[in-house]
Amino acid sequence: MASMPIVVDRAEKFEKVVSILDHYSRRPSGLIPILQAIQHEYQYLPEEVLTYVATSLDVPPARVYGVATFYAHFALEPKGKHVIRICDGTACHVKQSLPVLNALREKLGTTEKSATTADMLFTIETVACLGACGLAPVVVIDEQVYGQITPQRAVALVDEIKATEAGLASALETEQPSAEVVNE
Amino acid sequence: MNQVTQPTLTIDGKTVLIEGERNLLELVRKANIDLPTFCYHSELSVYGACRLCLVQIEGRGIQGACSTPAEPGLKVLTTTPEIREIRKIAVELLLANHDQSCPTCSRSANCQLQSLALRLGVKKVRFKSVHTPVPLDESSPSLVRDPNKCVLCGDCVRMCAEIQGIGAIDFAHRGHEVSVQPAFGKLLGDVECVNCGQCASVCPTGALTVKSEVDQVWDLLADPKNTVVVQIAPAVRVGLGECFGLKPGEITTGRIVAALKNLGFDQIYDTSFAADLTVIEEGTEFLERKTNGGTLPMFTSCCPGWVKYAEQYFPELLPNLSTCRSPQAMFGSLVKAMLPDQLKVERKNLKVVAIMPCTAKKFEAQRPEMSVDGDPDVDHVLTTQELAQMIQSAGIIFDSLQPESFDMPFGFYTGAGVIFGNSGGVMEAVLRYAAEKVTGKKLDNVEFDQVRGDSGLREATIEVNGTELKLAVVHGLRNARVVAEQVRAGKSHYDLIEVMACPGGCIGGAGQPVTTSTNARALRTKGLYHADKMLQLHKSQDNVFITECYAKFLGEIGGEKAHHLLHTSYQSRRRIADESLSLTQVQGNEKTKVSVCLGTNCFLEGSQDVLNGVLRHAEQNGLEGRIDVRAGFCFEKCESGPNVMIDGEYVHHCTAAKAIEELNSRIEVDKPA
Repeated sequence: MASMPIVVDRAEKFEKVVSILDHYSRRPSGLIPILQAIQHEYQYLPEEVLTYVATSLDVPPARVYGVATFYAHFALEPKGKHVIRICDGTACHVKQSLPVLNALREKLGTTEKSATTADMLFTIETVACLGACGLAPVVVIDEQVYGQITPQRAVALVDEIKATEAGLASALETEQPSAEVVNE
Repeated sequence: MNQVTQPTLTIDGKTVLIEGERNLLELVRKANIDLPTFCYHSELSVYGACRLCLVQIEGRGIQGACSTPAEPGLKVLTTTPEIREIRKIAVELLLANHDQSCPTCSRSANCQLQSLALRLGVKKVRFKSVHTPVPLDESSPSLVRDPNKCVLCGDCVRMCAEIQGIGAIDFAHRGHEVSVQPAFGKLLGDVECVNCGQCASVCPTGALTVKSEVDQVWDLLADPKNTVVVQIAPAVRVGLGECFGLKPGEITTGRIVAALKNLGFDQIYDTSFAADLTVIEEGTEFLERKTNGGTLPMFTSCCPGWVKYAEQYFPELLPNLSTCRSPQAMFGSLVKAMLPDQLKVERKNLKVVAIMPCTAKKFEAQRPEMSVDGDPDVDHVLTTQELAQMIQSAGIIFDSLQPESFDMPFGFYTGAGVIFGNSGGVMEAVLRYAAEKVTGKKLDNVEFDQVRGDSGLREATIEVNGTELKLAVVHGLRNARVVAEQVRAGKSHYDLIEVMACPGGCIGGAGQPVTTSTNARALRTKGLYHADKMLQLHKSQDNVFITECYAKFLGEIGGEKAHHLLHTSYQSRRRIADESLSLTQVQGNEKTKVSVCLGTNCFLEGSQDVLNGVLRHAEQNGLEGRIDVRAGFCFEKCESGPNVMIDGEYVHHCTAAKAIEELNSRIEVDKPA
């Protein structure tokens, strides 16, 4: 039974969608907070879920799509497990944020158009200003803020996360056979 | 001293009375100054995006006239050097990113961007384009979307949402990436668009246009093997003249017939004949339902936009739709059944072209149920605009044509058939038939003013032989939705409901000439009622050729043959193509596939409980590796919801228990011994 949480993950997420919709009484005026809450569950907004939201709220799907594509906060493509945000506002830009961005992209093999790594571990984004100009240049990885960042330090941070993830994966792998046994 | 002073303001130094105008723009136009706009339509909400209707208001600076209320005492200037410059730059900027293939654009003659550039003296575009060309969307049978020509005025978006209540297209993305598109960047032919084309009729440029079938029709005419028969819808005769400088509403029937003869059509007939036939069949069906306790209210089914809308949004009301085909479809079906014998041609060489005010008719003609062994009853549908283009292309001087008359028998019609083009016309035509049928007495006053008018939702009660008939006439699908929801909730007291998707009915169809004139629709309506008055016969039952048609070919009214040729059936229809959401991990194909419909109808019937039940069952019994659970969005079986599909087989009226039982039986069977 150990593997079940992963297996029923999608069903659970869908039940969450239902409860999110209920929480906002399925009112069209709640569209934006509903999309925010759904993105929190899925890390992005899957098309089929948006269709379901549109049906439930009695809003045309084209309108839901319009809202979802208007706000930079909403993602219609899956994002990586770790989201790296590099500030490229005026202060950070002047303080050499671009070399940091370039170093990270080179390290992870991403581009502006395809910002997520193939293993779905990382997504690199730029933001216009994080409001922390005193710490310029600034990088935010997941919820953690790193000030006065250099290309070298940024790459080192990525290496650290990679190492942690590799440890997690091998731990999972040792667990995996027992899960297989349960399923059989 | 007791005199009440009327509120006034001044426009360019002239005093103008305020008489309830909704905004300054309307007042300025009342003062005979044609302020330019892209995004203002009196029937749509105010958007204020195009910045062309700017005016200088003393003490307030430059404001958009469309979004400023008309207040007494304002001093307004409509043309100053600064405003002229701003307007010019606005148009120049729009042109910079506009695909300027004007000579080959179908809106070349009546493009507002083109005419405004000319009017405002924009001689040169100084800005560089930042637009990356995107492909055309030609997926719809009725419309072509060319995003490269869009000026983002949003007229189409508001038309679709506010008048039609659909919202098939909307703005997506942001900044210079904004574009008007269907949901998820899909194609127009794959979404809930009902092909009414009203978006194209308000589009100021060539971003949304009617899909042309002109070339295909030229090919039909050029092939000597073909006998090409043409039918003209009622509304075409009061619209076509506009393309040749005539006034809206001017009746040009005779000249249209002459033009069609010149173009090489073999037989020229009138859809009004089939409209008369529709009245007889639909009137009979209605009386049958009314007297024998059939499904009421009955909705009319002439409008293909409405029919697709009902199939998508009100599947449970499909039994309320009249089973009668539309006049276009009846005509095609009947002619292709009767004429091969009469004209000694094979069906495959008999081609039917329909001239319609409507873009949705193109979709209707392509419905598989409107064909025999793959041969469509109507081969091609041309809109009024397309016919005008053919006439122009052939160099025919329309105004100089000598009127000619239709061929018989399908060119014979009564006034009842002609008024089909007006909102309220189908209702009135049916009443003219039903009243006489029920009372058995001759109806002297044939005009039912109660069902005429221009409001989008009208009601009337008419007494026939002591029975009250409660009627509703709607145009605009948003109004249709209001009425249909009442019916669904069991709160409707109507007997008969006429629905036309386009404003004003077919005379306002998107295939009619594009017009910026505000009263064109009213004039066309008047034109059709006038055409009725000028005819000698006003009741479909007086059409001798219809009587003959029944006697010699169709048999009984509403009988078996009539049913086969003149009636149809409807099917529920999903709004968006190919959407389903996998809820379990999918690996390999050997799993039992369970799909639960979460489309609107099944959802309302409780399909979500079914889904939850199945998922819980799977979780509790360790079935995750063995079944693939998906949420589907409409299986088009709405009448028997909630629907679940297990390994390709439907379980209708499904409950959680029923689904689990079905699932268990399969999984046990599948179990290796």
